[in-house]
Amino acid sequence: MLNANKSSTKIIIEFTICILMIVLVSSLCFFLSNFISYRIAGLVLLATVSLLAMAFEMLPVLVASILSSLIFNYFFIPPVFDFHFTNSEDMLLCLSYYFIALVNAVLTFKIKDYKKKIRDKEEKENIIRLYNTIFDSLSHELKTPISTIIAAVDILKENDKTLSINQHTQLLNEIDIAGMRLNRQVENLLNMSRIENNMIQPQNDWFDVNELIYKLMNQINEIKHNHVIRFEPEHDLPFFKLDTGLLEQILYNLIINAIQHTPPTSIIAIKAKAKGENLLLEVSDNGNGFPQNELENVFTKFYRLPKTKSGGTGLGLSIVKGFTEALGGKVILCNKEKKGAVFTIEMPSEISNLTELKNE
Amino acid sequence: MNKQEILIIDDEDQLRKLLSINFKNNNYKIIEAETGQQGISLAASHNPELIILDINLPDKSGHEVLKELRMWYQKSIIILSVHNNEKNIITALDNGASDYLTKPFRTGELLARIRSSIRRHETLEDKNKSIITCNDLQIDLAGHTVKKNNEIVKLTTTEYKLVALFATNEGRVLTHQYILKNIWGVGSQKETQYLRVFIGILRKKLENNPNQPKHFITESGIGYRFS
Repeated sequence: MLNANKSSTKIIIEFTICILMIVLVSSLCFFLSNFISYRIAGLVLLATVSLLAMAFEMLPVLVASILSSLIFNYFFIPPVFDFHFTNSEDMLLCLSYYFIALVNAVLTFKIKDYKKKIRDKEEKENIIRLYNTIFDSLSHELKTPISTIIAAVDILKENDKTLSINQHTQLLNEIDIAGMRLNRQVENLLNMSRIENNMIQPQNDWFDVNELIYKLMNQINEIKHNHVIRFEPEHDLPFFKLDTGLLEQILYNLIINAIQHTPPTSIIAIKAKAKGENLLLEVSDNGNGFPQNELENVFTKFYRLPKTKSGGTGLGLSIVKGFTEALGGKVILCNKEKKGAVFTIEMPSEISNLTELKNE
Repeated sequence: MNKQEILIIDDEDQLRKLLSINFKNNNYKIIEAETGQQGISLAASHNPELIILDINLPDKSGHEVLKELRMWYQKSIIILSVHNNEKNIITALDNGASDYLTKPFRTGELLARIRSSIRRHETLEDKNKSIITCNDLQIDLAGHTVKKNNEIVKLTTTEYKLVALFATNEGRVLTHQYILKNIWGVGSQKETQYLRVFIGILRKKLENNPNQPKHFITESGIGYRFS
């Protein structure tokens, strides 16, 4: 509905511009008709129609060419202010004028149409390519843990008597890891589809950003190995009013992403600041950073930097972007001057400093 | 001692099977119900020690079942929900659920919640009990004092009221709205930032490490749990 409205407005604007241009150029020529011959005026009008054809759709250009040929005949070809011709040469001139203007319009349209077809084809190919990437990535990420579970259970069932206690525990651990991994992938997919269908409805409430970060760090410290996570809280931060569930997920994904893609023992630093009424969050690392020409791509869903190991769906950072935007904020990725990458998130929020607290 | 009975209301066969193996191994007796209606009538005829209720049931919504049960059933009901839908969970807690878990959950976690729910219900019945002990904390409801490692901690009236509310609901998630209404009264339910400040103060006074709280646990988007 909206699209139809938009395109009809566009066509109306094009018609108006075409008619105005022809009227303007022909009146200019008319005032100069003492200095230029009517043949030159014809050429100038023809040039105008060609220019219009380059920029606009076929219908408005056709109207422009008909209008200009009528004006040319009536106002310029002698006898002036009359549609009659005094000689066959002028009649031929007018007809060929009309013909050239028409061909002009149609040819330009054909070229545009051809270009559009090529573009459509490219787009279609891109979609197919994207679909294949998604399909490969998804089936790999979902089927790997499923195969692990099935295989481990088979081994447990069939070799029950010969397995050592140690092997037994190992198999159970593998099933555990696979289950958690499946759960994470499904969670990511659900979140992505919530973002794409505009189903994110932030439930904003007051919260203490330092508390939220400490909570996340405690969670992540339980699962991480050698990475170091640093956080130096600012103590006079106000309360912000945002959806903590979404915010937690954003920070969690950024930290996990840093852990997955930096060498072990790298340092991940988290910062939270107030910038006016905005909340500013920063997750940086001292890993290898991103290739400068890939900075834009990392937020694209299912995008994975070339040569990175598998293990993620390629959804983590696009969820970060989707959730951030659902909260009205923006996320920026930069490389640090020395070493590593910085994700900066800025979010508009209400703030509260709560100066008058009754505590009796 | 008689085995305590647990009623599971969930339409997933597999989940019921797994839970019932797990519960039997932990010395509970199990009753299973596949639908909400069946669950309600089994609850009435057995009066189990605790009910585990799935929010997504085939015949009627778990919220409805919960409301019907709460008209007469006073012991603990633990809600199972598929996704982390905070609104759903808050509704269930406001309708009288004692606790919630989101699928997938760890069975160890479920057992811990069951034990703490049953224990809490028993303490509630024991009206004479006026001293609640929780690790290094000791809350004397009669004397209005709170001790940490046997030393009295100075608290303001509001701070004490909060601790007492938490202590009498040990292990249970209290929603922001519930806490605000109980401490600051009706009409103050929007003022969650007050609650944040007080929780911050209580953590500083009563936690060993306020940044890794063991007593005042945040349940994001829902409320707090005291343990």
